[in-house]
Amino acid sequence: MSDFLEVIPLVVRDWIVELFPTPLQWLVHHLLTIAVILTFFGLFFAFTTIAERKLLGRLQNRLGPNRAGVPKLSILPFHLKHKLWGLTQPFADAVKALTKEDVIPDAADKVLHFLAPVCIVAFSLLGFAVLPFGRALIPVELDAALLYFFAAGTATELAIFMAGWGSRNKYSLLAAMRALAQLISYELPLILSVVPAVLVVGTLSLREIAEAQGGWIFGFLPHWHVFTPWGFAGFIIFLIAALAESNRSPFDLPEAESELIAGHLTEYSGFKYALFFMAEYFGLTALSGLGVTIFLGGWQAPFAFLEFIPSYLWFMLKLAGMIVFFIWVRGTLLRLRIDQLTRLSWQFLVPLALINLVNGAFWALTPGWSGPMLAVRWAVSAALIVIPFLLLARRLNPGRGPRTYRYA
Amino acid sequence: MIALAIIALLTFAAAISAFVLRNLIHSVLLLVGAWAGIAAFYLWAGAEFVAFAQVLVYVGAVSMVVLFAVLLTRQGATTAPVEFDSLKRGVFGFVVAGGVGGLLVGAILGSPLDVHTAATNPAVSVKELGHLLMGPHAAALLIVGVLLTVALLGAMVIAASDKPEDTP
Repeated sequence: MSDFLEVIPLVVRDWIVELFPTPLQWLVHHLLTIAVILTFFGLFFAFTTIAERKLLGRLQNRLGPNRAGVPKLSILPFHLKHKLWGLTQPFADAVKALTKEDVIPDAADKVLHFLAPVCIVAFSLLGFAVLPFGRALIPVELDAALLYFFAAGTATELAIFMAGWGSRNKYSLLAAMRALAQLISYELPLILSVVPAVLVVGTLSLREIAEAQGGWIFGFLPHWHVFTPWGFAGFIIFLIAALAESNRSPFDLPEAESELIAGHLTEYSGFKYALFFMAEYFGLTALSGLGVTIFLGGWQAPFAFLEFIPSYLWFMLKLAGMIVFFIWVRGTLLRLRIDQLTRLSWQFLVPLALINLVNGAFWALTPGWSGPMLAVRWAVSAALIVIPFLLLARRLNPGRGPRTYRYA
Repeated sequence: MIALAIIALLTFAAAISAFVLRNLIHSVLLLVGAWAGIAAFYLWAGAEFVAFAQVLVYVGAVSMVVLFAVLLTRQGATTAPVEFDSLKRGVFGFVVAGGVGGLLVGAILGSPLDVHTAATNPAVSVKELGHLLMGPHAAALLIVGVLLTVALLGAMVIAASDKPEDTP
C-alpha cells in the first residue's frame, strides 16, 4: 500500500506520457515535470503569503486578512457566503498586482528594467530541479546536484544588480550594491555550512545525502545530520545564512521599506514588483528544501512506525515547518544594521563554519569508533564546536554591549 | 551537433556584442552571457562539474568583481568613448590583435583533429575528479590556492588605507 502511494506520481506521469507519440515523449516527460513544479510551488507560494500574513497577525495580536471570500459567480446557482477564513486572499492579491499600472521610469534602461524580474524568477526556480522531494521523486538527478543548486542561486545576484542599475535611480543603485554586499557576505557561510555533510557522506548528490540519513537507533532515534554535533552547528549557521540570502527579516536590509524606500524595488510596480516577491519566496522555499535534505533527513520519516506515510509528504511537512519557523523569526526579531550584519557574517559565522568543517572532517575520519570510543567521538566533536563558539562570542562581545538610548 | 552550433553562435554573439557596445554595464552583462554559454558548452560535452564550477565562479563571483570595479572606478558616465585616442594606438591595437588571432588560428589549424575519439569520452564522476585533484594533482591545487591567497592579501594591502575620516 505505502509502496503504491510512493510511486503514484510517477505512475500518473508515465500514463500521461504514454498518450503521446514516441518521438515527443521525452519532451512531454520534461514539460510535465516543469509544469508540476511550477503549479505546485506557485500555489505553495500563494499559501505561504497568506500563512505569513495570518501568522504575523497572530504574533502581533491582530487578526490578519480574513475577509476575502469567494466572489458570486453568475454560472453557479448558489453563493458561498462563508469567507473561507480569508484563504482566497492570495488570488485577490494576484488580480490586484496584475491589473496595477506598470510604471517604467523615463530614464530607465528599459531592457534591463524589464529583464531583471524575469531573470530573478527564472533563476530562483532553477534550484527546485535537483531537490529530492521523495524516495522516487527527483526532477533531475545530477552527480553534482549541490554544486548546481548553488550555481543557480548565485545568478540571482546579477538580477538584483540589473534591477538597481536599470532603474536609473541612485537610491536603487546604492541599495542594490548593499544587497550584493550582503548576499556575497552570506554566500560563504551558507556554502561552508553544508560542506561538512558533503565530507561525511562523501558525495555531492542530494539523493545520496538524503539516503545516507535513513535508519534509526532503537527504532526512534533517526540518523539525521542535525542530531550530530557538527550537523547541529551547521544547521544553525545554515538557517542564519539562509535568512540573509533570501532577504528575510531580520536581514531584510536590501528592501528596508522604512529606511531605504524598498531599495532596488523603488522603481518597480504592479506585476514586476510581485515577481520580485515571488522570487524571494521561491528562493526561501528552495533553500528550506535544501536544508531539509541536508540536515533534517530529507524525505525520511522521523520514526520507524510512521514510515507508512509517503516520503514526499514527510518532505513537504518538514518544508512547511521550516517556512513557519522563518515566519516566526520575522515576527520576533528586529532588523539589524548593515555593519552589524556584515560583522556577524565575517567575524562570527565564517570562522565558526570553517571550524565546523574541521569538525566534519573529524567525524568523517572516525566512523569506526564504537563502545566507549563513541562517547569520546561525540564529546570531541561537541567540544570542537562549543569551545570556539564560546571563545568567539566572548571575544567579539566587549564594547558591543547593550545599547543605551540617550533620547528615548 | 545542432546544440553545439546554437551554443557556439549564442556565445560568439554575446562576446562580440560585449566588445561592440559602448555601454560598459551592458558589455559586462553580455560577457556574463558569454561565460554562461561556455558553461553550457561544458555541459554539452558532459563535464557537469566543470560547467557548474564555471557558473559558480564566473557568473556568480567574477561578474560581481567586474561590475563593482566598473561602478567604483567610473564616475558619472558608464559609456566608453567611441573614437581612437590616436592613430598610433589604433595601429598598435590592430597589430597586437592580429598577432594574437594569427597565433590562435595557427594553433587550431596545427593541432591534429580526430573526430572519432569524441564518441568515447569517459564519464568521470565528481568523486573520481576529487580523488584526482587531491591525489596526483594536489601540488598544483595547493600552489594555485597559495597564489590566489597571496593575490587577495596583496589587493587588500594595496586597497586598504587608514584614513582618519573613515573611522567613526
